[in-house]
Amino acid sequence: MTSLLRNRDLWLAVVIVLMILATGLRSPGFISGANLLTILNNNAILVVLALGQMAVILTRSIDLSMASNLALSGMIVALVNAAYPEVPVPALILLASFIGLTLGALNGALVWLLGIPAIVVTLGTLTIFRGLIFVIAGGKWVNADAMSEPFVQLTRIPLLGVPLLTWYAVAIVLCFYFVMTRTSLGRSIYAIGVNPVAAVYAGIDVGRTKFVAFCISGALSGLSGYLWVSRYVIGSVEVANGYELTIIAACVIGGVSIAGGIGTVAGAVMGALFLGVINSALPVINISPFWQLAISGGAIILAVILNSRAERRRGRLILKQPEAAR
Amino acid sequence: MNDQPVHGQTRYIPDRMGGSFRSALFSWPSLLFVVAVGIFVINSFASPYFLSPWSLSDATFNFTESAIIALAMALLIISGEIDLSVAGIIALASTMMGLALQLGADTPALVAVGIATGLACGAFNGLLVTGLGLPSIVVTIGTMSFFRGISYIVLGDQAFRGYPDSFDLFGQGYVWWVVSFEFAFFLVAAAAFYVLLHLTNFGRQIFFIGNNPVAARFSGVRVERVKFLLFCLTGLMSGIAAIMLTSRLSSTRPSIALGLELDVVTIVVLGGVSILGGAGTILGVVIAAFIMGMVTFGLGLLNVPGIVLSIFVGLLLIGVIALPIVLGKLREALAK
Repeated sequence: MTSLLRNRDLWLAVVIVLMILATGLRSPGFISGANLLTILNNNAILVVLALGQMAVILTRSIDLSMASNLALSGMIVALVNAAYPEVPVPALILLASFIGLTLGALNGALVWLLGIPAIVVTLGTLTIFRGLIFVIAGGKWVNADAMSEPFVQLTRIPLLGVPLLTWYAVAIVLCFYFVMTRTSLGRSIYAIGVNPVAAVYAGIDVGRTKFVAFCISGALSGLSGYLWVSRYVIGSVEVANGYELTIIAACVIGGVSIAGGIGTVAGAVMGALFLGVINSALPVINISPFWQLAISGGAIILAVILNSRAERRRGRLILKQPEAAR
Repeated sequence: MNDQPVHGQTRYIPDRMGGSFRSALFSWPSLLFVVAVGIFVINSFASPYFLSPWSLSDATFNFTESAIIALAMALLIISGEIDLSVAGIIALASTMMGLALQLGADTPALVAVGIATGLACGAFNGLLVTGLGLPSIVVTIGTMSFFRGISYIVLGDQAFRGYPDSFDLFGQGYVWWVVSFEFAFFLVAAAAFYVLLHLTNFGRQIFFIGNNPVAARFSGVRVERVKFLLFCLTGLMSGIAAIMLTSRLSSTRPSIALGLELDVVTIVVLGGVSILGGAGTILGVVIAAFIMGMVTFGLGLLNVPGIVLSIFVGLLLIGVIALPIVLGKLREALAK
């Protein structure tokens, strides 16, 4: 029971449900299944991105270039689609993921091979990727009429009443959960975050694992690039500008420790949904959307304070458990 | 260069591969100086308009606000912390000045409000980081949204205008010939920060903390207090930058200085300050600020769009840091 009470993910879930119920008191329509599915669909991309960011943060790094990577990959597939509408969309989805993977691998290689701190590398690539969009597209936008019908529809077609976009996110959450909890790669990512020195002695290649984490965040950014462009039917330089901090905010609210090694897939998903529920609830309870930024800022600060409490407790637990076992 | 921190081999752990990076720092300001001179010469050849006192003076406006904050940010990063909320502080300080203006404040009162808001925001960050022991990078990502969020609550899609004429001095005025108030202030501040970091006991303590906070604490350095003061200092400089930017734009919008924190961190890192803390010089930061200013202004004269400029800034940031490491690795490989 006490371990249940200490389960941070559970508390976050309770808070999200309470927020939904409280908003529902004001406007009963908010709790309807259709509305909740819409909120889920609106935040599917953030969920995917938060997972990628989590993989990187767990290794004691940070990827500030995700939003720019997303915008660049999205712009490229939008341009390809506009120029060659006959290319099948699934191929474009793969292309977007592959471009993202390549950009992520570039970040990872700089961190791994040259040992430049991740925050410096991704700060640089953040502006480089964003600038490249302008160069590639010649400063132009890709509008709805330039995109082919399947390109736009492949995030919208409902399957069992739920748009495909949500299904992509669900599939990625499941894959990610499997990788993080059931594979040696997932264990390595946690291990080098908790204690890189011990990880080296355990035979884990720290640099290479960081590289792989950046490849994951890159590939997910690239995939999100297609999802974003298809969902909002626009490819431009401004796509997802400044979104990198929202992604980090989702992770932090979800209990992912910036010091590495601590964080769960469920937490990151709920961190993203928490922000999504707030954004959807504000207009319903008649609070000006201009409050959104301050509230999410306040939520981040609060989450960091709570995280630090949880981490301290976890530190003690590790020391206590072997004694209890004896 | 006796300010290079002593770092023993014991700190060589895998998650901080900084060995060659740090030894390269010994020649950092000189390397930067060569880059700066190179850019200056290229710029003079590339555009006939570059080498005039007035356009050089205009060039300084592009970077002085970020550079002023970068001076304080350098100290903060050397101590092992970071403040990503500086642009948020500018937005909030500017909004507070706008509110004061609505209440009929005159120029000295506006300046006081700007400085006080900056200090208060810095102290708030400092309290969260040192008082509650939270990681500064996430705290300031939170306060960055929080501070700017308050501006959005106050202003919405409106703007404050109508700052008094005497307020123009800070962002548009000149103290002597082509030397703007902003630029003169930057030079004076740079000198003051040089003394503070490299010639005082306090500056020593900053390096000490950045290299080994635990050892610093055992040696009687009040780690928390020093870090708190550095957050206040960064807030103060952001408040001053807010006064200059508000004066230069003659208006306040909640989106003011959006993304400025990345410029500031870029200048600091380009200036050779180790993002891991414990190493860096004010001279390097000052030269890096000039490099940033000249690159953006020079390419601007050649009609390169701002967004493309950012590619050069990003490449410059990674390139200048990667180059010594790559050369070091090559030298190692050749020696074998």
